[in-house]
Amino acid sequence: MSSAADKSKNYLNHEKGLWSWLTTLDHKRIGIMYMITVMLFFLIGGIFALLIRFELFSTGGQIVDADGYNRMMTFHGAIMVFMVIIPGIPAFLGNFFLPLHLGAKDVAFPKVNLMSWYCLIIGAAISFFSLFAEKVATGWTFYTPYSISETSNGAILLVLGAFVMGFSSILTGLNFVATTHRLRAPGMGFFQMPLFVWGLYSTAILQIIATPVLAITLLLLAAEKTMGIGFFDPKLGGDPVLFQHFFWFYSHPAVYIMILPAMGIISELITAFSRKVIFGYKAIAFSSVGIAAVSFFVWGHHMFVSGQSQVAGVIFSFLTMLVGVPTAIKTFNWVATMYKGSIQFQSPMLYAMGFLFLFTIGGVTGVMLAVMAVDVHFHDTYFVVAHFHYVMVGGTLMAIMGGIYYWFPKMFGKMYNEFMAQLSFLFIFVGFNVTFFPQFILGAQGMPRRYFDYLPAFEPLNRVSTVGSWLIAIGFLIGLYVIINGLLKGKKAPDNPWGAKTLEWQTSSPPPHTNFHEQPVVTGGPYEFR
Amino acid sequence: MSGHHIIPFSVYRNVLIALLILTVLTVAVAKPVSGFDAGVFNFLIAMGIASVKAGLVLAYFMQLKYDNKLYLAVIVSTVLFLGLLFSVAMIDWATRVPEISTL
Amino acid sequence: MSSVNKPRSEGGHAFHFDGPEHEFETTKFGIWLFLCTEVLMFGGLFVAYFLFAHKFPETFIEGATYLDWKFGAVNTAVLLVSSFTMVLSIYYAQNNKTKQCVNMLFITLACGFIFMFIKYLEYTHKIDLGLLPGDMFSFTGEMGSTNLGLYFSTYYMMTGLHGSHVLVGMGLIVWCIVRARRGEYNSKYFTTLECVGLFWHLVDLIWIYLFPLLYLVD
Repeated sequence: MSSAADKSKNYLNHEKGLWSWLTTLDHKRIGIMYMITVMLFFLIGGIFALLIRFELFSTGGQIVDADGYNRMMTFHGAIMVFMVIIPGIPAFLGNFFLPLHLGAKDVAFPKVNLMSWYCLIIGAAISFFSLFAEKVATGWTFYTPYSISETSNGAILLVLGAFVMGFSSILTGLNFVATTHRLRAPGMGFFQMPLFVWGLYSTAILQIIATPVLAITLLLLAAEKTMGIGFFDPKLGGDPVLFQHFFWFYSHPAVYIMILPAMGIISELITAFSRKVIFGYKAIAFSSVGIAAVSFFVWGHHMFVSGQSQVAGVIFSFLTMLVGVPTAIKTFNWVATMYKGSIQFQSPMLYAMGFLFLFTIGGVTGVMLAVMAVDVHFHDTYFVVAHFHYVMVGGTLMAIMGGIYYWFPKMFGKMYNEFMAQLSFLFIFVGFNVTFFPQFILGAQGMPRRYFDYLPAFEPLNRVSTVGSWLIAIGFLIGLYVIINGLLKGKKAPDNPWGAKTLEWQTSSPPPHTNFHEQPVVTGGPYEFR
Repeated sequence: MSGHHIIPFSVYRNVLIALLILTVLTVAVAKPVSGFDAGVFNFLIAMGIASVKAGLVLAYFMQLKYDNKLYLAVIVSTVLFLGLLFSVAMIDWATRVPEISTL
Repeated sequence: MSSVNKPRSEGGHAFHFDGPEHEFETTKFGIWLFLCTEVLMFGGLFVAYFLFAHKFPETFIEGATYLDWKFGAVNTAVLLVSSFTMVLSIYYAQNNKTKQCVNMLFITLACGFIFMFIKYLEYTHKIDLGLLPGDMFSFTGEMGSTNLGLYFSTYYMMTGLHGSHVLVGMGLIVWCIVRARRGEYNSKYFTTLECVGLFWHLVDLIWIYLFPLLYLVD
């Protein structure tokens, strides 16, 4: 059926011009637009990370004063959380590959999909305005009473920006749940779906259930600041801890919005590059949903020292450790998949193995922090900073990078320079450990987080950490070079360069406008290697 | 063709009548209006009537009774998660011991 | 691919669906998921209400005495009737009776206006008395509780968020009226009408709970 002329037509040259991109309803193009925006935001957030580390290179002020430091820290946190990691995997890779994985022609609601991109852009614009034009120094958590008593009104704008970006997240989640339920290819039941889809599906449920609570929390915060409604103000009988309950009811599941799709990508990578059917498909699939469910029961572990009652603390401490169970199920299954597989050490697989190593450290220190007695000691120290960077950067970012390299040939129809990609991985992996491992030690010694200055005793390890941040920066710059070079000069990619089995590799690279030349029909599981 | 189920006009009319009667009942048993007092049950009665009304709207006006049960699952799980937020926050509030700073 | 260019009111559908029925069911599922997010958003306020009412029962009982239950009861009835006319408009669309469908939508819209007008009367009355939220509370009459402002914060936040949803719903109904008058809704296609209806019923549902919680506290 498909002639050569048919094959040369793909989603990239289907229509031309900037306007056709800005008004596109094609999920693949929207995915690419997310890629560009998220990478841009990551660059900005990364620059602030480097500035923070540079500031902490020595005791005393280097480049900014204490207020400036608080603002930089707010910048880094707000940008990385709301604009990079939350939309990172679902909205970018998920948008592009969910319909392809399902054998669908598009997501269920293409217009809503485009709208969610504009929500992200508008929300980000408001946030950037508040961060640059007004002085916001609350950190990304907007804790009351700090956010309310602050003299500038920047916090309201930042909150408004986060509110709008929350809508972006809700709309994406809604689209994905509807797509997964209704648009699967003929023959594809829930247990023939690739595990990346399971990850995205669990994430989407979290986005739908958790994000509205953030929306109302932020509305209440804005009302508190403008009208003094007193919900979070003890003077009128309100309760600042209530804000934290509301906030973490969203923001703890949000952590899993960040990590669940990453785990989905890792499942894909490990099975594809071990050339072996995934071990324990159902266990991994159900553990995704399990993590999503348990994630709603654990938010109070952020509040062990916030004045929450002891009883609630004990309950949360116990429930938090439960998260370790489904997470460990996944990790063991991945390792079991690699066992006796024909492992190919190409760059996506390197990232997957980097994920296993770093995420395990992040996860185990998480269980340590779940112990109330330990948390009281470690709370708000660099130990916590190191822990969540091991999860967020070592987990999510590693998975994004692995996913980009894995699907790069499919997205753009070109191959990238494998050697440079591996070099980039080496810098990022080593640099990451050099940056954040010392922070575990610093935290255990009692260095508090979010401080502009520290005691001279902490200086040597801080210097090591800062040097590490430069290594990461070099790694990501090489990564950027690999992507740009691949786009400009890459060799033409075959339809299935890795010999993977999921549906997206059965269509041409890059895929045509309607995804598949013929409607695929599914007859077996997603990973039939042997 | 569950979504295109046409419900007879009389069903809608009867539901509306039931809803209006229940509204009158809510007002009639409210202590500030009628002085009717069932002690701690006042609140439960008010919420019970409201829930019956909500159930009628959901079942007939929103057609949950005739529609795909997936929608029912969506709305039930929503309410359950809301209950979770409430009950855990309530556990915290109910068991909190006020501490006055000695400083 | 021929169905792509066929208008939906004649049984066409977007290219990524199998048929009009598939599209209808999927859209409806999407709307239900959206309603779920709405419930959770209001849910935050309900949780706050229950926590505060539990902590300060006297304040909430006293606060409710400043509200006139008659206004609330009338508004409840108005919204219930509007929900009824909303389902009727879908009912008439299903039976290909465009004129009655449009009329029912107009009645629904009128109910929305009545509701908002009564809300306006209530709000202005309270603002005149100084019964304002939180820090802005400036009522000078005799009061039993010291933090009545907290009650009025909950009152204004809940009814305000609800009222804004009524306004959005009214806007959507206007949009439906325009489309219905063009004859776009019939037994083959009434998806948007159905979805707006679901949203309107949700607004009604929330008010069903708000009325006893705010006006009839004891």
